Amino acid sequence: MKKKDPAKDNGQQKGNLQLNRRDFLKTGAFVGGGLVIAFVIPTILKRLASQHAAGSSGEVFTPNAFLRIGEDDQIQIILSKVEMGQGVWTTLPMLMAEELDCDWSKIRVEHSPPGKEKDFTEQPILKSTGGSMTTTSQFDLYREAGATARTMLVQAAAKRWGVSPDACHTENGYVIYRDPAGNNAGHPAGSNAGGKDSIGGKGKRFRYGELVAEASKLPVPTVKLREPKEWKIIGKSQRRLDSPEKVNGQAIFGIDIRFPGLLIAVVAHPPVFGGKVRTFDATKAKLVPGVREVVQMSSGIAVLADHYWAAKLGRDALTIDWDLGNTNEHTDTKRQWEEYRKLSATRGLVTQQKGEVTKALGKMSSPIIDREFRLPYLAHSPMEPLNCTVKLEGDKCEIWAGTQSPLLHQAEVAGFLGIKPEKVLLHTPFLGGSFGRRGSFQSDWVMEAVRIAKISGRVIKLVWSREDDIKGGYYRPAYLHQVRVGIGKDGYPVAWQHRIVGQSLFVNTPLESMIVQKGIDYSSVDGVQGSPYLTSVPDHTVELHTTTLDVPVLPWRSVGNSHTAFVMESLIDELAFMAGKDPVDYRIVLLKEHPRHLAALKLAAEKSDWGKPLPVGRFQGVAVHGAMGSFVCQVVELSVTDRKIRIHRVVCAIDCGLAVNPDGVRAQMESGIVFGLTAALYGEITLENGQIKQSNFHDYRMLRMNEMPFIEVQLVPGTEKMGGAGEPGVPPIAPALVNALFAATGKRIRNLPVKMEELV
Amino acid sequence: MITITVNKKSYAVDVSPSTPLLWVIRDIIGLTGTKFGCGMALCGACTIHLDGEPVRSCVTPVSHAAGKQITTIEGLSEGADGPESIGKRLQQAWLVENTPQCGYCQSGQIMSAAALLHKISQPTDADIDTAMSGNICRCGTYQRIRKAIHRAAGNKEGGLP
Repeated sequence: MKKKDPAKDNGQQKGNLQLNRRDFLKTGAFVGGGLVIAFVIPTILKRLASQHAAGSSGEVFTPNAFLRIGEDDQIQIILSKVEMGQGVWTTLPMLMAEELDCDWSKIRVEHSPPGKEKDFTEQPILKSTGGSMTTTSQFDLYREAGATARTMLVQAAAKRWGVSPDACHTENGYVIYRDPAGNNAGHPAGSNAGGKDSIGGKGKRFRYGELVAEASKLPVPTVKLREPKEWKIIGKSQRRLDSPEKVNGQAIFGIDIRFPGLLIAVVAHPPVFGGKVRTFDATKAKLVPGVREVVQMSSGIAVLADHYWAAKLGRDALTIDWDLGNTNEHTDTKRQWEEYRKLSATRGLVTQQKGEVTKALGKMSSPIIDREFRLPYLAHSPMEPLNCTVKLEGDKCEIWAGTQSPLLHQAEVAGFLGIKPEKVLLHTPFLGGSFGRRGSFQSDWVMEAVRIAKISGRVIKLVWSREDDIKGGYYRPAYLHQVRVGIGKDGYPVAWQHRIVGQSLFVNTPLESMIVQKGIDYSSVDGVQGSPYLTSVPDHTVELHTTTLDVPVLPWRSVGNSHTAFVMESLIDELAFMAGKDPVDYRIVLLKEHPRHLAALKLAAEKSDWGKPLPVGRFQGVAVHGAMGSFVCQVVELSVTDRKIRIHRVVCAIDCGLAVNPDGVRAQMESGIVFGLTAALYGEITLENGQIKQSNFHDYRMLRMNEMPFIEVQLVPGTEKMGGAGEPGVPPIAPALVNALFAATGKRIRNLPVKMEELV
Repeated sequence: MITITVNKKSYAVDVSPSTPLLWVIRDIIGLTGTKFGCGMALCGACTIHLDGEPVRSCVTPVSHAAGKQITTIEGLSEGADGPESIGKRLQQAWLVENTPQCGYCQSGQIMSAAALLHKISQPTDADIDTAMSGNICRCGTYQRIRKAIHRAAGNKEGGLP
């Protein structure tokens, strides 16, 4: 297969936006001295927000990322994307540093400043993070920014020395001149100040900081990016830049924001979605020392106090009479599965079709199998509970919130308050985990905080408890799959009717027009639709029943793949065993036209010693799935003894194309595996007559240190098109787990989470 | 008024004696390195040392801490946990192993790990399981935490194969 040049193949889709370099990159000086490269990361959401928000022309240059080099040589990199653990705080600077040749130790990283950048524009800074797309989508632009700065610094130095820029090179924060005799005395460790015009055949050098003032006056140069063979940073594991402050308690998360006069708000939410306050009595709440106010808003009753504990005690002391509405109209898990099963017996909207599956199945004598799979609601449950600080002053709104989508919140808040979006200044501290929760399209918790601030007239920090979080909705939807497979003589599927029942993630969101076409929400079928296995099944359909329930739903790490991979990979595994074939060999045949799936599968099989004798009592299961542009195979090795599952190790092979930061990719695979295992073993949000049963980590259980398998991650070598890493580690782990459990116990698990009584 | 000692400094706080220490540390004194994750001693994000012992500050009433030495992650960073600087060694090991991801649970993880190494200087994997299983990491950094603990203990090769 012809190797592709990742430097050419991984860039932003510039074609759509007809950009020239002037449109997305500007240079200049900043207040206080220094060189600024300001650049725009065009995003789909940015354009949507331009259409959505009042007063936004869409034509004005609106930079959302910056590189600033100070006279003190400090390299300030201001990101257009947010750090939620996935590592962009390090990866994006790596891209820039590859071209910039700066002193890595002088890099300081920040999230984009709040909404208003005085240097260049009156428009708000815009950004959104998600989809495992950051590294791929920013690959060219961050490198260009670095190369632009480097080129301008060299030009400034060359001008001062009166030499050609070609005679200069850069290293570790210096521009160095080689004299024609070839002498290069420009060791960064060397003694002589390069700024002086030394003559007589010796080399000269300037610190970047000495050149920034002049460089900032130069026109934007054309730059040529370095070839992969020249790379010194990209492709080599780096230490995370945010680690130091995350190990010494200094890292600031949204929940840590504090300033004088700030009141903490805790909200009593209705026990069912859509419930309302009928009456309430706050007399006792107001007697709690530290409680300042109690206000009613659309989402419940808010208690405002000097500190969290007082607010929490105040909430406990409220007496509220809730209007719960009609019980039968609320979601009840038991009823839900019954209704979903009924729906799955009927034809849905066809999302993908080949041949005539009904006819094909009708003609077959045997065997045909019918299988039902059920996956429950799942909460994201990041370690940092949701929170949002709001300061309203006249026509200005200042917000502090760890969020994936500041852009959407800005537009929503501006619309609600009737102010211009650029008057909504949004600070983004570190996110204490997100997994999609902090990307809420409805800006739910941010709007709740804004409402409290507006109604109370106070500066407030809304803090959710763990119970608020687990019961708060915006879950990965519950899905039911009903699959009917006709098996050919050789044991491979020849007819496949796949029905999916579940709620739509994107209907009634700003992304609806893009993801929901002709009533079909792509995320409900993504991973069944487009499955490599179906390409060799001559008669098949994928059908969808979209349900509407009162439970709010939201993308959860790996989105549609979180349910589809489980079904596809456990069903394929079952078919392999029915055919009397080894599960890896069976997949190799089906995936022969899919080299990237194959490469991941074969690497994981090799590294896990698949097919070789295992220690007594140990069993393996495999799953391979492509998502977000990457191809991941996982082999789970476990034992089941005394009604306990012990997962010994997981071998994970990922083909993500170029791995900019290999250790970062490994860390994301480890992370996705733990996240997915937790869900497969324990994850379940259930409702009884509209009320969420779970509340904290005792009944919404998490995988812990003593259950942690040894995880070995292998990167498929090569330079194929780059894919993501934040999410693709999640989909294969649940099916690999249940496939291993089948090998161990002979029982097929088709409903998650795994229940011991179904196994032994 | 209750007087408590945090990282060797004295504070007089005007709160009810049953107020959890976590909120006194975070909201009253303003040391935000100690985190809130569950409020029920299930997640370990609030772990501090009380006279060197690891406790979950979200369920420890402030009155219980009177007359005792409270050490938080900020104190650990200054070497408040003693001359062997176990806390600092752990922090350095954390950096080498690229342990944190979102970072929110890491203060509690390090506090629990420091308490472990003070008790057992060369912990086995089983010791680590026992000491660390009260600390949840939603980002799944457990493997690197384990490696970092072994590294800080001077066992660079330590840990599962």
